[in-house]
Amino acid sequence: MSKYRMHLLVCGGTGCVSSDSMLIVENLKKQIKANKLSDEVQVVATGCFGFCEKGPIVKVHPDNVLYVEVKPDDVTEIINEHVIKGRKVERLLYVEPTFEQRISEHKDMPFYKKQLRIALRNCGAIDPENIEEYIAADGYQAIGKILSEMTPAQVVDTMKLSGLRGRGGGGFPTGMKWDFASRNAADQKYVICNADEGDPGAFMDRSILEGDPHSVLEAMAIAGYAIGASKGYIYIRAEYPLAVKRLKIAIGQANEYGLLGKDIFGSGFDFSIELRYGAGAFVCGEETSLIQSIEGNRGEPTNKPPFPAEKGLWNKPTIVNNVETLANIPVIFLKGAEWFSSIGSAKSKGTKVFALAGKVNNVGLVEVPMGMTLREIIFDIGGGIKDGKKFKSVQTGGPSGGCITAANLDTPIDYDNLIAIGSMMGSGGMIVMDEDDCMVNIAKFYLEFTMDESCGKCTACRIGNKRLYEMLTRITEGKATPDCLDELKELSMIIKDTALCGLGQTSPNPVLSTLTHFYDEYKAHVFEKRCPAGVCQALSVYTIIEDKCIGCTACARVCPPKCISGSVKKPHVINQDKCIKCGACLKACAFDAVDKK
Amino acid sequence: MCTNELLHEKFVELDAFIDGLEEKEGSLITVLHKTQELFGYLPKEIQLHVARKLDIPAAKVNGVVTFYSYFTETPRGEFIINVCMGTACFVRGAEELLKEIQDKLKIKAGQTSTDGKFSIDALRCVGACGLAPVVMVNGKVYGRVKKEQLDDILATCVSENA
Repeated sequence: MSKYRMHLLVCGGTGCVSSDSMLIVENLKKQIKANKLSDEVQVVATGCFGFCEKGPIVKVHPDNVLYVEVKPDDVTEIINEHVIKGRKVERLLYVEPTFEQRISEHKDMPFYKKQLRIALRNCGAIDPENIEEYIAADGYQAIGKILSEMTPAQVVDTMKLSGLRGRGGGGFPTGMKWDFASRNAADQKYVICNADEGDPGAFMDRSILEGDPHSVLEAMAIAGYAIGASKGYIYIRAEYPLAVKRLKIAIGQANEYGLLGKDIFGSGFDFSIELRYGAGAFVCGEETSLIQSIEGNRGEPTNKPPFPAEKGLWNKPTIVNNVETLANIPVIFLKGAEWFSSIGSAKSKGTKVFALAGKVNNVGLVEVPMGMTLREIIFDIGGGIKDGKKFKSVQTGGPSGGCITAANLDTPIDYDNLIAIGSMMGSGGMIVMDEDDCMVNIAKFYLEFTMDESCGKCTACRIGNKRLYEMLTRITEGKATPDCLDELKELSMIIKDTALCGLGQTSPNPVLSTLTHFYDEYKAHVFEKRCPAGVCQALSVYTIIEDKCIGCTACARVCPPKCISGSVKKPHVINQDKCIKCGACLKACAFDAVDKK
Repeated sequence: MCTNELLHEKFVELDAFIDGLEEKEGSLITVLHKTQELFGYLPKEIQLHVARKLDIPAAKVNGVVTFYSYFTETPRGEFIINVCMGTACFVRGAEELLKEIQDKLKIKAGQTSTDGKFSIDALRCVGACGLAPVVMVNGKVYGRVKKEQLDDILATCVSENA
C-alpha cells in the first residue's frame, strides 16, 4: 500500500455536487495523473463539510487548508501552486467578513470554532464509499467491543447512562426505548432506522447518510444486539438518490467484510439490514405510519399504545431510531457514557446538529453542544443576518415547531427550553427570518404544508388544518373579520387536543407561536388591512411617484383592469378602487416611479 | 405493434421482478417503485396487473398509489421541473419562482404541458438549502436561481437533451 503525502478532500454532499464538485474531483484526478503525482497525492470525495454557503469546498490534508467556492477551473491553480509548490492559493481562502482577513485553517474560522462534531465526526473526513476509511476512523470497533465484552443488558444500561435522547423530534430517551423492546419477548424483533427526513429545511440526516453511512449501520447492529433483533430496515426517502446509492454500497461492503450478516465476529450474533423506500409522505416520519408504510400500506398512523416497542412491525417488538441518534451511538461505546453525558445541558446530553438556513450569512450544517444559545448559533457561527438586515425571528422544529423572537435569543437551546418558549427541537431545522418576512404568511406557509401532508385519517387534522389555512388566507388577503383571531386560536387548541398523531397535534404550533409573539402583526392585517413586512400581495398599495413618472404610458398599457390614467408625458395615477394589486405596473416601469407599500 | 412489444417486455421484466422477491408480503411499495420506474407512471390497468400478481385487492393498490405523492397515475413530461418549496427556499423567494414558471409554461404545479414536454412540481426540500432558492430539472440542481435565469434554464435543458 502506497503512502500518500497529501490528500485532497472534496465535498461530495448534495449541495456541493449541485455546484459541480464532482467535476472538480475529476479535474483534480486528471491533473494529478498528468503531473505524475498519482503515487503521492490522493483525491477523496467526502461527505458534507457543513459549510454549504461557501461550497464547493476542497480541503488539503495534512496542511489543513480549506478552500471555499472552488470552481472546476480553479483546479490547475490548486495543483500548480499548492500541491506542487506548497504555496496556498490565497484567493480561494475564506474571508472573515468583519476583519476582511483570509483564513486558511478551518479550526480558526468562526463557523467551525464553536462547533463540536460527534454525529458528524466523519462527514467531510472520510470517503463514504470505502469501508476501510471508516474502519481506520475506529469504525466497527464499538460493535466488536460490545459483542466480545458486553451483555445486551449492559448495552442498554450504557445507553441509559449516556442520556442520549431521540434526535428526530420528540426527544424520547433512546436507552428507555431499547429497554422496553428488550423486555418484550418475541421470536423476532426489528430495528428500524427512520431516514424519512421530511421537515422542509432540515438535511442533517441526509448528510450523515451521504457522508458516513457505516456509522448508522454499526449503530443499528448495536441496537439489534441490545434488544435481541436480527433484522433491520432503513426507511429512506426515494428523493435522496445519493444517500440511497451510498447506503447500498455500504451495506454491500459491510456484508462482504462480515460486519453484517451471519455470526458477526464469530459471536453467534446475526444481523442483516434492508432498505425500504418512502414514497413522498411527510406523515411517514411518524413511527407508527412508518411501520405501516414498510408493511406496504397507506402510511396512516395507528393509536399508541400499543407502542412499537411492544407491537411494531408485523406486530413484533420494534424500535425506531432516527439517523442522527444512531450516528451518535458508536462513539458513546468507544468513549464511554460518562464522556457523552458530560457534554450538553442538565437534561439534554451531547450535541445537536442544526440545519441553519434562511436569511443568515453562513447557511449550513452545524453541530453544537446542547445548551448553546441561539445568539451564538445565529450570530457567531451563522455570521449574522444576510445583507445587514434586522433579525426578526427564528423558526425551529419545522412544521411542528414555532417561531422564537429576539427576546429569547439568549435562551440555552435544549429539548425542554425550546418547548418552554413555545417551539420544539424537531429534527433540527433552524430557519432564520429578517424584517422582510411576514409572520402571518410564514404561518400560512406551514399550514399549507401540513394541509397537503395530512394523511386524512382523523378529522381534526384533515379538516381542522384546512379551516386554519382558509382563515390565514383571508387574513393575508385583508378579508378577515375582527373576531377571526379568537377563532384561529380556538380552533388551533382543538386540533392540538384532538388529533390522532404527533403530526396533527403539533400542526397548529406555527399559528399559535406567531399569534403569541407577533400578535401586532396579525392585528395590522386584520384591523388596518396592512402587511407591515410588505409581503402580502393583496394588502399592498401601489402608487405612482409624481416626481419620477415621465408619462411614458408603459404601466397604463400593461395594467390588466386598465385603472392607470394620465396623458402622455404627464404623471400617471392609479385608481386604488379598481387596482387588483398584480404588480404589473411595478415591473413595467423603467424609472422606479411605482412605489409598493 | 412495436410499442406493444416494448410494453410486453416491460411486463415480463415486472413479473420477473415480482417473482424474484423473497417475501411478497409487504412488498407492494417496493413493487410500485419498480413499476413506475419501468412504465413512467401507474395507470389503472397496470395497477390491476400488480394487484393480480401480488394477489391483493386492486382497491388496496389504488389506495396506496393515491396516498403517496411520489406515485403518479398520469404520464409525466419529458422534463420535470421541481421548484423547491422547503422553508429555506421559501424565505428566499421560491414562491415567486414557482409563479413565474407556471406563467411561462401556462400550467400549474402538478400538471404536464399538452405537448408532453414539461411537468411542474413543487418539491419539499432538496436539502441544498445553501443554494436556496433551488430549481431541479430532471435531477439536475440549479442553485441561487433568479427569475431572469429561468428562460436560460429551460432552454439549456431542452438543448442538452436534443
